Order: sequence, then structure tokens, then C-alpha cells
Amino acid sequence: MGETMRPRDAGELRQAVEWALSEGATLDVRGTGSKTALGRPMRCDHVLDLSGISGIVDYAPEELVVTLRAGTPIREVEALLAQRNQMLAFEPPDLGPLLGGEAGQGTLVGTIMGNWAGPRRLSAGAARDHLLGFSGVNGRGEAFKSGGRVMKNVTGYDLSKLLAGSWGTLAVLDEVSVKVLPAPDQTRTLVLHGLDDAAAVKAMCAAMGSSHEVSGAAHVEGRTALRLEGVAPSVEARLKGLREALAGVGTRQEELGTLESRAFWREVRDVAPFVSLADAIVWKISCPPTEGPAVVARIAAQRPQARAFYDWSGGLVWLALPPSADGDAGIVRGALGATGGHATLVRAPEAVRAAVPVFQPQAAALAALAGRVKESFDPKRLFNPGRMG
Amino acid sequence: MQMPPLDPAILARRSEIVAALRAIVPGEGVIDDLDGMRPYECDALSAYRQMPLVVVLPETVAQVAAILRYCQDSGVKVVPRGAGTSLSGGSMPVGDAILLGMGKFNRVIEIDYANRCARVQPGVTNLGITKAVEHEGFYYAPDPSSQIACSIGGNVAENSGGVHCLKYGLTTNNLLGIEMVLMTGEVVRLGGKHLDAEGYDLMGLMTGSEGLLGVVTEVTVRLLRKPSTARAVLLGFPTEAGAADCVAAVIASGIIPGGMEMMDADAIKCAEAYVGAGYPLDVEGLLIVELDGPPVEVDYLVERVAAIARERGATTVRVSQDEQERVLFWAGRKAAFPAVGQISPDYMCLDGSVPRGRLVEVLAEMRALSKQHGLRVVNVFHAGDGNLHPLILFDANDAGQLEKAEAFGTDILRLCVRVGGVLTGEHGVGIEKRDLMVEQFTEIDLDQQMRVKCAFDPDHLLNPGKVFPKLRRCAELGRLVVHQNKIPFPDIPRF
Repeated sequence: MGETMRPRDAGELRQAVEWALSEGATLDVRGTGSKTALGRPMRCDHVLDLSGISGIVDYAPEELVVTLRAGTPIREVEALLAQRNQMLAFEPPDLGPLLGGEAGQGTLVGTIMGNWAGPRRLSAGAARDHLLGFSGVNGRGEAFKSGGRVMKNVTGYDLSKLLAGSWGTLAVLDEVSVKVLPAPDQTRTLVLHGLDDAAAVKAMCAAMGSSHEVSGAAHVEGRTALRLEGVAPSVEARLKGLREALAGVGTRQEELGTLESRAFWREVRDVAPFVSLADAIVWKISCPPTEGPAVVARIAAQRPQARAFYDWSGGLVWLALPPSADGDAGIVRGALGATGGHATLVRAPEAVRAAVPVFQPQAAALAALAGRVKESFDPKRLFNPGRMG
Repeated sequence: MQMPPLDPAILARRSEIVAALRAIVPGEGVIDDLDGMRPYECDALSAYRQMPLVVVLPETVAQVAAILRYCQDSGVKVVPRGAGTSLSGGSMPVGDAILLGMGKFNRVIEIDYANRCARVQPGVTNLGITKAVEHEGFYYAPDPSSQIACSIGGNVAENSGGVHCLKYGLTTNNLLGIEMVLMTGEVVRLGGKHLDAEGYDLMGLMTGSEGLLGVVTEVTVRLLRKPSTARAVLLGFPTEAGAADCVAAVIASGIIPGGMEMMDADAIKCAEAYVGAGYPLDVEGLLIVELDGPPVEVDYLVERVAAIARERGATTVRVSQDEQERVLFWAGRKAAFPAVGQISPDYMCLDGSVPRGRLVEVLAEMRALSKQHGLRVVNVFHAGDGNLHPLILFDANDAGQLEKAEAFGTDILRLCVRVGGVLTGEHGVGIEKRDLMVEQFTEIDLDQQMRVKCAFDPDHLLNPGKVFPKLRRCAELGRLVVHQNKIPFPDIPRF
């Protein structure tokens, strides 16, 4: 690795990219570097560090929008929103400890670049659903923008969607506008005990399809948890309704109050159950909710040591496997079969991530199209080359 | 409205093109006579009309693929069309292009309640999805006002909204998967019944791409449980500023209503005269705030909203007491466009979005522009998300008034952009706002968007003449001159 460039504003950022373009040098684009252990390993010529372009540009609580610079730490954003009783509704996970680092280190833009979402994905969407607009620099060294600061906007292509989940491979952002929402007054959780995976997913799907507005549905270590959020009288009434609807499902019902609920869902969000499994390889599987248990059963049939827990009503499976040279990628992706889902190798030693695709391989026509889209932003492949490969 | 000049070479090849289409789609699926093509000569932006070269109505994905491959191989342009309800000319025909109608793709393929989704063909209407699942208590959330007619494929192309977007999102937030055909004839599937497909979010890109990137042949939408109750509150204010303040205060208090609509004094009067919804006529700004959810929550929030409104000086506060009254409160708002049609021979409906905090200022400036252009303007809008629908009143039979109305509309949209808003919140750019794109975007912004277009359609054959004010060839856009030995920039901190 050559040098680290740390631009201090959008102008310097563009200069840095122009320089890299003229040198034909590739760039490892990062915020605070909290997720460098995720993705295909890269060999870049230089590091482009965005932590110097930091800070809140504008926050308008009554407009439900915050505009900030790319290097702004996510904890800074969350602290600001909390002052006005608002939140990032997609519940960005803090994967620091899972990836072997510290908690609370990432940037909001880094989270957007992975299109992350927590348990509230089911009712509030992912990062992609909250990025309203951005400005940045493409791989031609040109400053450009897309979207805006308003909620409803169909002017031109929605490039925000493309950038969210692009892992820094399309453009380097300097500023984003993000939708925020009011934080709920109350949070309660109904926990069902004694359900196996299949029964748990069935109960979660029934709860999600009910009128009780469940905003989280996870099955972790024998506990099937359903979250209710909102104003106090509503939460009370829905909890009562949900308890009645699920009476007799499982061996017993338990209720978590607001503080206990927050702690529980933070652990689900941050994959806390797998943090202590230091050597385990961790996969994130997205599939239709009702298919989750069958996918896990197919994997467990070949790898009995596999451990799994479910979020998103069964549609998100976190899977821990014993160490292996290929992360058991064939077994995991094979188990998806015809579900149409995908599996991401979230935690594995560098050698494993170099040996097998970290992200789900795509069909030929789609892969070719994605390649042309990449070229339309970054024709010389300057940004994070190979990270999504 | 200038469309690209017709290519005489293509016009001369018309019979050959018709024959080629007949070889792909047999029987009555190819329409080339003037009477048969007449229903397709415009969409809902009916001021602009143009007969297509020929109409083709495929029934299978294989036929769509064969048509697009033929267009690509033969250099023939093609305009995709759903139900033809675009308000921006997004599906307006082009004289030297095939019109590809997707109306025969009208089947609901699968409903999966456990996974809360439905797989449908693109010609199914927006309301048709809800109709197919409402007996089980589910619905499809986005509800554009044309929902009885507009197709879900068109909703994907336009990223359609509706009055409930602030709480439930636009089309893009309610899709799980699509299948689409590329100009090469390749069929790709994006997403499915699971969340957040990996790789670049091409489904997100496709949503709102106005038919310029590919043709959608299947859509998987998210279904929601219908809220158990909904109640509406009618709030009248002596000033527009009072109404706008109330909107901000409701949101700042942590309430996200299912819908929050605002009407100005002229709109209130028109609507009241037309449907008799019981709107107060002595107010300058009227809000309809709808709260939905469990009954206890709705009752609680209705009280809070009413209290906030009173604090902000509301002179009318009426809460719907039953479903009939709720529907009546909405009837005036929903009939606002035809109501305006009663007092003016013609009207032009605009669609800018502005930051809510600038609403009052925008309305005042709009009145000044109204005087300047000598045409009246009536305002209804989705106040919750700052999406304006100014209606400019004019008489097309009066020479020069259409042009005057267009000029007025242009000034309003420029105003939206100037205060930090955008040209279109939900109707799309199409041909209507195409030439105004330069007001919001730089040449570099637009070039980047066109390069994305080139990744899908390198010969600009798909829905030509729409969205982009000035088309540049993909080869030219792709050229990259790298200045070697550029002086390293000494200012940037390096380590």
C-alpha cells in the first residue's frame, strides 16, 4: 500500500481522484475503516480516507431530513437525532465487535454503502430506503449529484439506490441527505418460549401478517421475540391482541419492557450471539421468511455444528460454521436451492474471503449488466477494485 | 415540445418492420391501421399527440424478448406502455418507434400471504392487486390517484406515489422483485421474495427509470395488513401559514399520519361547490389529516393532532365520526381536479416537491407569478411530504394561452428547484419536464445518468426523446481523456 490521502473537503476529494486517475492508481476508499474485514480482499495502490470530510451540514427535524458529510461517525448522527427524539429508522447494525473491532466506530455513509439494516427492516426498510440524495465524485474525477433533500422525488434516475449497497465501488461520496423518523415512545417485546425453528417462523409470519404492527420478529436461542413500538396506549392494546392471537403457541409467553427490549433487539441487530464464537465463520442469508428453517436444516444436515438464529421473520438467517478453507460456501449456497435468496460471507479470515466469492454470484446476463453499470461510473476501476467480486 | 426528428429510413421500412413483428406476435397482436392505433396516440398528458409507427401487444416474455432483440439488431426505436396513464408523457408514442403495449400481461401469478407478497404481471392494475388480496385483509400500499386504471408495470417505471407515501413509502419501498427484459433480449431477475438482493440495486434503479432501461415483465410486491381503523381530521386555518405550521408541528411532535393533504382557498371553494364535502369556506388553508392503525392509537393521535391544530389557531376542527364521514372528507380532495375542470375549460397539473419549511413562501411567490402571467392557479398538495400539485387554469381555445400556461408552469418548477426542491415528486419527467432538467442538474450530473442509460441501451432505442434534454452518443460519453503526469496536489494531507 502506498500513501493515505485524507482530503478535507469536496474540492480536495475531487483532486485526489483526478490524481489517482492520472496515475492509473487504485484506491481503497474508506470512512473509518470499521468494515475493512468484510468483502473480497483488495490490493490497492493507495488509501482514500474520508474521515477528514466530516460533520453535520444541516438537520431539520420537522422536515425529517439530515444532511451530513461522508466521514461523519454514525454515533455522532445518532446522538444528534436522539436529542430531538428521532432516529435512523432502518436501525443500522454495529458490526464492529463481530468483525473483531471496537463498537461504535463506523460512519453512516459506510453503513449505507453496505445497505445495512437491522430488525426494523421489515417495517421501515433498509439504508437504501432512507438515502434521499448525495454528492460525490465518479471515477472520471467529475463531481456530480443525484436526488435531493425532499421525501418525494422522481427527477432523473434514482442513483441513490445504486450507491446504497455498492461498497464504494461506483463513486466516492462527500455528502448525503438521509431521511429520519420519530423514535417510538415505547417498545415492548412478546417472547414465546419452546418453539422449534419451523414453528417459530410460522408464529412470526402470522404475527407479521396481523394488524398488530409488529416491527421486529426474531428467533434466537429458543426465544421467539415479537416487537411492538409506538405510543403507550397503542402498544398496550396491540400487545394484548398479540398475546391473545398467539395463546397456546409455545410453552409460555414472556414480556420485555422498553429497556429490556432495547437491549435484546440491539443484540439481534449487532449479531451479538456470534461475537464470542471467535473462530467461527459467519454467513448472512437472505431468503423468503418461510424458507429459512428448511435452508438451515439442509446446512445442518451436512454441518451438524452449525448454529443459526433468525431475524426478519425468518427471512434473515445468521449462520455460524466451524472454520474451513472455503467457508463451506458450496454447502451454504447449495442449501439456498431454488429459494432465490442469497448468502454473504460476513466474517471469515482473509484467505477464505480470497478463495470464495463473498457475495452471491450472479447469473451471466445480470453480472454483465452490473459490469456495464460499474463502468458507467468508474471506467478505470479505481475505486475498491474487486471488493464485490 | 420538440421531439427528435423522424428517421425517414425507418419510416420507409415500415412494412418490413410490421412483417417482422407479425412473425413474432401472430394474430391480432400487431396493429398497423390508423383506427386501431388511435387509442394509443397519447397518454394522460393529452395535450401532446403522436401516432406510433406500429403497435405490438405481446403476450409472453419470449415475445417481448424477441421484439427487443429485433429492435436492437435492426436499429428500431421502441416505446413501452402500460395503461397509458402517465401525466408527463412517459408513454407518449414516437412517430418512428414501435409502441410496445404490455396490457395483455394482466395475470396475478401467485399470492403468498405467509411471506406477505404477490407476484403479478406488469399489466395488472394497481388497484387490481389490492382487490386480489383484500378478502384476506391485505392490500398494496402505494395508491396513485389513477390506481383504478394505472398498471403496476407503469408504477415501477414511474416510481408512483399517492396520498399515503409519507408513512408507507413509494413504489420503490414496496417492491421485492422484478423480472425484466433488456434490449439484448436477455431476461434478468432482480430480487424475489427475499429482501435486499445483492450486487448493485438495479431494481431500485429501474424503479422510476421511466421505461428507458428495460421492459418489466413480472413484479413481486410487498403486501401489508390493512390498518384496522382510519379516521380523518378536517382542520381549517385563517392563514396558509397557520396550516403549514400545523403540518410541521404534527411531524415534529413525532406523529407520521397516514395522509396529510392541504388545499388553498380556491381549491376549497371549487371542491366544495363540486361535491359538498362540508368544507369551511371562511378559511385560507385546509388540512385533511388521516390517522390509521389500531382504534386506540387512532383515537389517541386524533386528539393530539386536534390539540396541536387548536394551538396553531385552527378555526375548524372536525373529526370524522364514522367511515361515511371520513370518505366525505376525502371526497372533496379527491375530486379537486375535476372540480377545477368545472370552473376552467382547461388546466395544467404540475408536480414539484419542496422542503416543507418553504411552503408558505412558495405559495406567496406562486401568487405573484400568477399575476405576472395573468393566469389563475389553484393549489392542492401532499403537505406531509412537500409534494405540490399546482393547477394552472387556462383556455386552450384562446390563442396563446397554452403557451402562457407552459411558461407559468416552467416558472413554478424553477421556483421549486430554487428553494431546494425538485422538478417532479411523483409524475415523472417524461417529455413534460425534459427540457427543465438543466434547471436541477449540471451537464456532468446528466452525463452520468446518460452513461447509466448506455449500460442498458447503448443505441438509445428505448423510449427515445424522454427525460434527457439533449442526448449524447454513448461512444462520446464513454470517452475518457486522462491527463498523464498531472501535478500531484500538494494541498491534500498525505501519510
